[in-house]
Amino acid sequence: MSVKLFLVTFAVVLPLTGCANLGVEPWQRNVLAKPEMQLISDPISAGLDDHIYFSKEASSGGRGFAGGGCGCN
Amino acid sequence: MQLKKPKKIRHALTAATCGLLGVNCSDSLGEEGDWSFDSAVLYYSEVDRVTAVEPVISATRDFGEEKALNLKFVFDTLSGASANGATPSDQPQTFTRPSGKGVYTASAEETPLDDTFRDNRFALSSRWEQPINRDYKTAFGVNFSTEYDYSSLSANANLSRDFIKRNTTLNAGLSLAYDTVSPEGDIPIGLSSMVIDNGQADYRSEFNASRGDSEDNKDTLDLIFGLTQVIDRKTIMQVSYSFSDVSGYLTDPFKIVSVVGEDGRPLEYRYEQRPDARQKQSLYWQVKHQFETDILDLSYRYFWDDWGITSHTIDLRYRWMLDGRQYLEPHIRYYDQSEADFYRRFFIQDESLPDHVSADYRLGNMQALTIGMRYGVALRNEQELSLRLEYYLQSNDNTESVIPGILNDMELYPDVEALIVQLSYKF
Repeated sequence: MSVKLFLVTFAVVLPLTGCANLGVEPWQRNVLAKPEMQLISDPISAGLDDHIYFSKEASSGGRGFAGGGCGCN
Repeated sequence: MQLKKPKKIRHALTAATCGLLGVNCSDSLGEEGDWSFDSAVLYYSEVDRVTAVEPVISATRDFGEEKALNLKFVFDTLSGASANGATPSDQPQTFTRPSGKGVYTASAEETPLDDTFRDNRFALSSRWEQPINRDYKTAFGVNFSTEYDYSSLSANANLSRDFIKRNTTLNAGLSLAYDTVSPEGDIPIGLSSMVIDNGQADYRSEFNASRGDSEDNKDTLDLIFGLTQVIDRKTIMQVSYSFSDVSGYLTDPFKIVSVVGEDGRPLEYRYEQRPDARQKQSLYWQVKHQFETDILDLSYRYFWDDWGITSHTIDLRYRWMLDGRQYLEPHIRYYDQSEADFYRRFFIQDESLPDHVSADYRLGNMQALTIGMRYGVALRNEQELSLRLEYYLQSNDNTESVIPGILNDMELYPDVEALIVQLSYKF
């Protein structure tokens, strides 16, 4: 449980507490607006990777839905 | 001057897309540039095992005001061999094909592989994005895929809300899926013994007695809750929690587990049997940062489920801009998984079989490493070409406390190595 607790703290609480001081003005978004700066900048590759790892490993999901939609033997 | 060729391809693909969907896209055909296409061909090949070739094409039409339609087609062709779960032996082994018609064999000391594995898969997905107002956005999707012995239908919806000058976004997503599995030779009865054709007169009736229904189903409910936060002008971060509830037939109908004697030699093979429900959860964190021109993309996922599996995944990409148009992107991914409670490499004679058993190495203690490189180049008219080459290595650990007889000399946990090559073209 301690690992989970640490992760929850690290991943959720920390960014939330800092939200008020973070961020940019709308006119400062030139870098963030670039296609290569999107969190999933290449959806096709991301989809292909998810399919490979869903088929070969026991975990799935995270950045998107965990469902597979394949027999994947 | 505009390039003519990509426009022709674009038009042909738009017409083909509309034709396949049975919709009238004549308006969109008249508006050049509204559709954009993204395509790729993936080649995935394991040493001595599965090979897959997977072409993908994705078409997106921007309707303005943040409304967009995306359609994606994937065709997947698979062939090769897959480990059936049995242990190797110092003698050749014979296994019944899933259809019950004929056998396949494994030589002495060889990991038993089912070489009857061959399939084509076709998947179509669509997604519609539309804002409700300045702060709320929605997205809806439908996915369908079909292969020889498997089909899947799913629908999803996503709602997101922007806060604080769009620097913070909360989103919630729901997906429902309904899958059907209808394996060749019907579904084997879990934990029943594999009947092998040794010329016995009543082989067929014995085989049929080891089979249940011709098909079964699987229902999946997925939920995802995410927070995306702009940190500064060059940094964005995301955290998300996902929950997945799966119920129905979760067993792999082609996998078996060996029951061996005190000498380690196989006495019989039992069809595996997994629980009929599984709840999966994960926490995901990702950060993306642009340095001068290069971009760092780092993510971590912690996954756990009620089968006893936990896993850690770390993924790092670094886009190294060679000049304004070209980049090299090294990639490393490390994955570490603990085994399912019911995973066993084998059973020893007289051990009682529990209700749930699988020897599928994908449910065992495993580490996997992916190392790769991508080269990309921006062409004219917002076109982009890229090639990635990756090497994937899976290793399993032994967790059996007693390894009997000849199995001490066998490779019970062979590494799986794969080569991944992908060519992508955006136009």
